[in-house]
Amino acid sequence: MTLEDNMGAEGDAIYAALMQAHEGLNEAESHSLNARLILMMMNEIGDAERLASLFEAARSFEGSEGPKS
Amino acid sequence: MAYDYAPFPYTAPPGLTEAEPRHPAVIVGAGPIGLAMAIDLAQRGVKTVVLDDNNVVSVGSRAICWAKRTLEIFDRLGVGTRMLDKGVTWKVGRLFHGADEVYSFDLLPEDGHKYPAFINLQQYYVEQYLVERAQELGVDLRFLNKVTAHRDHSTHVEIDVETPDGSYTLEAEYYLACEGAGSPTRKRMELPFEGQTFEEHFLIVDVELPQSPFETDDPERWFWFAPPFHKGQSALLHKQPDNIYRIDLQLGPETDPKEEATEEKVIPRIKAIIGDVPFRLDWMSVYKFRCAKLDRFVHGRVVFVGDSAHVVSPFGARGGNGGIQDVDNLGWKLAAVLHGAPEALLETYQEERAHGSAENILNSSRATNFMTPKSPTEAMFRNEVLRLAADHPFARKLINSGRLSQPCSLAGLSLQSGDHPLVGQVVIDAPLGNGWLIEAVQGRFVLLTLGDFVAETDIETLHIAKPDGPLRARYGTDCGYLIRPDGHIAAAFDTADAEAITAAYAKAGGAL
Repeated sequence: MTLEDNMGAEGDAIYAALMQAHEGLNEAESHSLNARLILMMMNEIGDAERLASLFEAARSFEGSEGPKS
Repeated sequence: MAYDYAPFPYTAPPGLTEAEPRHPAVIVGAGPIGLAMAIDLAQRGVKTVVLDDNNVVSVGSRAICWAKRTLEIFDRLGVGTRMLDKGVTWKVGRLFHGADEVYSFDLLPEDGHKYPAFINLQQYYVEQYLVERAQELGVDLRFLNKVTAHRDHSTHVEIDVETPDGSYTLEAEYYLACEGAGSPTRKRMELPFEGQTFEEHFLIVDVELPQSPFETDDPERWFWFAPPFHKGQSALLHKQPDNIYRIDLQLGPETDPKEEATEEKVIPRIKAIIGDVPFRLDWMSVYKFRCAKLDRFVHGRVVFVGDSAHVVSPFGARGGNGGIQDVDNLGWKLAAVLHGAPEALLETYQEERAHGSAENILNSSRATNFMTPKSPTEAMFRNEVLRLAADHPFARKLINSGRLSQPCSLAGLSLQSGDHPLVGQVVIDAPLGNGWLIEAVQGRFVLLTLGDFVAETDIETLHIAKPDGPLRARYGTDCGYLIRPDGHIAAAFDTADAEAITAAYAKAGGAL
């Protein structure tokens, strides 16, 4: 698993593509798309140990709270 | 035609009138596990007494899916082909999501095996055939003999038994509890039996149909997630012998089992699945289940076997099949101990079958969790898996309606040697002359040697000078395999080093 930058110069384009994938979807549709995406990415990565590290890193992430809205 | 539940004869046991000599082993419970245990031991020259509080076979079909490995063990016990001939061999499985078929798959395994991947056969037939085989071997079967107490004296166990003619006491060197999930022995000993309980109720119904509900005469196995006839739940339809069809319906947690198991409730559900055709209701049951096991299967002179020791959900058919593997593992070890081998050999039953049952529990818990999503998020992931599966094979592999029973690997455990990929696995069958490999190697230690591999040892050896076909593809040539009595491969050899082979044989318990 890497949490260092792995997308290089394409980072902005990849992020924009993800946003575009969700465009025009309501919340439920977006949730379904995310679920599909995770399942497809799981298969693409196909490595139980790397995936377990990612699940754990995402679950235990605390970070900062961010500004109150 | 409904099965004829003919009662087994009760005869007054000798212990009622005079003390019986101490028996090598007493088996409590005459279900598939207890009966298979008695047959295995009888074939090894160990005379047992089988006690059962009842006098008929299983009422209702109950365990119906018998896996290839079980059939191979039944083959060794002398009942394999009889089970296969009567059973329905699975051919095609179809998986539906709602009204739509997601995909279908071939349930027949590759060629070159004596037994298929699975058959369906009602537990009452399995028990009947096992009883008849046990009678043929002269096993002392005592029906309407109910165990009410036992006392472990460390050299033997004293057992109090109640019969229609009064009570008597028996002595046995070993007491084998094969009583099923509700094991009175386990309860009497107050042993903790912990695990995961699932809240969903399931309804199982057997119906006799004059005509197949499938669109073909071949027996199929249909599984639905969210079937159109049964909102939001799962359903399973498959065929048993005698035109009996099994229907499993997931009812959800908020149901009253007593109310569900009534004809008024059940008949409309069946008609929703098979249409308005004539049928006979044969049997039904509503149940909940859990996944749990004992910490230890061996307690002094009391040994727990099958569901008495561990229980799983029905998804994957790992209950009955797992129990038969317990029998296969324990039989040769207990016979060796009764013939003078150190008691420590029984500790490897504990080690190996605790491992096997943990694997079964893991698989069956995962299947149950897939089938009963606990949150909207779990339900959403499952739904997307099912939707993706129609187009993408990777998602088909994630659909879990039960991972069908497979024997566990014993690699890395005490009796095995080396890290060859086949070590710990069950012997893979292959055609051999006019018969099969499993017929030639099971039941005792055998050294299988192939091609130019020639070893000078005292171990019974099966040498195949020119292996070809599936045998060659599965085992290679110029090599050797040490196969245990229960068919697991204890060691594999590339060089015919007699000393190494003899050492592996001793480590596996063969020299005892």
